[in-house]
Amino acid sequence: MQRMILAFVAGGLFGAGLFISGMTDTTKVQGWLDVFGNWDPTLAFVMGGAILPMAVAWRVTKGRSPMVGGSFPTPPEPKIGRNLVLGSVLFGAGWGLAGLCPGPSVASLSYGGWPHWVFFAAMLSGMALAPMARAQLDRAVPAE
Amino acid sequence: MLSSIPSDWLFGLGGGLLIGLGGAVFLLGNGRIMGASGIIGGLVDGSGKGNLGERIAFLLGVFLLPILIYPLFGEVDTHASGNLAVLIAAGLLVGVGTRIANGCTSGHGVCGISRLSLRGMVATVFYIMAGGLTVVLFRHILGVI
Repeated sequence: MQRMILAFVAGGLFGAGLFISGMTDTTKVQGWLDVFGNWDPTLAFVMGGAILPMAVAWRVTKGRSPMVGGSFPTPPEPKIGRNLVLGSVLFGAGWGLAGLCPGPSVASLSYGGWPHWVFFAAMLSGMALAPMARAQLDRAVPAE
Repeated sequence: MLSSIPSDWLFGLGGGLLIGLGGAVFLLGNGRIMGASGIIGGLVDGSGKGNLGERIAFLLGVFLLPILIYPLFGEVDTHASGNLAVLIAAGLLVGVGTRIANGCTSGHGVCGISRLSLRGMVATVFYIMAGGLTVVLFRHILGVI
């Protein structure tokens, strides 16, 4: 139960932060990416603001365990593979097209209107197809 | 001095701090990394069966809080595209891409960079570059968005 409550609080803070920061407004996201147009630096402030408490949190994890028990996630192997690069490029293209990424797509569902539901449904479909796409990719170009 | 800074930047910073605080609660409380695409994707492809409740509780928070604070801000327009093809293509790309890359703006960006993860930084460079090129191509050259 404690685990669920903490997850709900974390999600609530995340959702409120996305809304207040303007990251659910697609013009602010596309404005950040639009370096040759009317560039909007807001996203840098959001990123900077979000990284601060997280950097503190990562320091606090040293020598401790999570409140609900268990252990903290260990750092992944610092491997820069094809999947990381290719996946990020595909994600970035979609992000630029619609101005939405997974977090804000959930935070804006309640008030954004039908385009947000269309995007969300397509995103879930993409996520459902991802394991297949990954397998195809491995077959075509075996990972290094 | 504050009045000379655009209010959007201050809201961005304040909202950003809340986002990071959410990530800190999820990490220190549950020992989990706050990555939106991983939390949603695990529900979609079944890889998150082991902690279904936690994922749903998190997403419920993300979904509900904006409804509660929405009235404080009055009219809010998300300026989302009304072009069906753009929305579907974008959604598919975001869904497939984040799952293949194993992370998005929150996981690789916020949680990765803050622990100085090389993977997080590389992913962030690539999705920002791809996003920038996409906006140039589809806004300034093709005029679709």
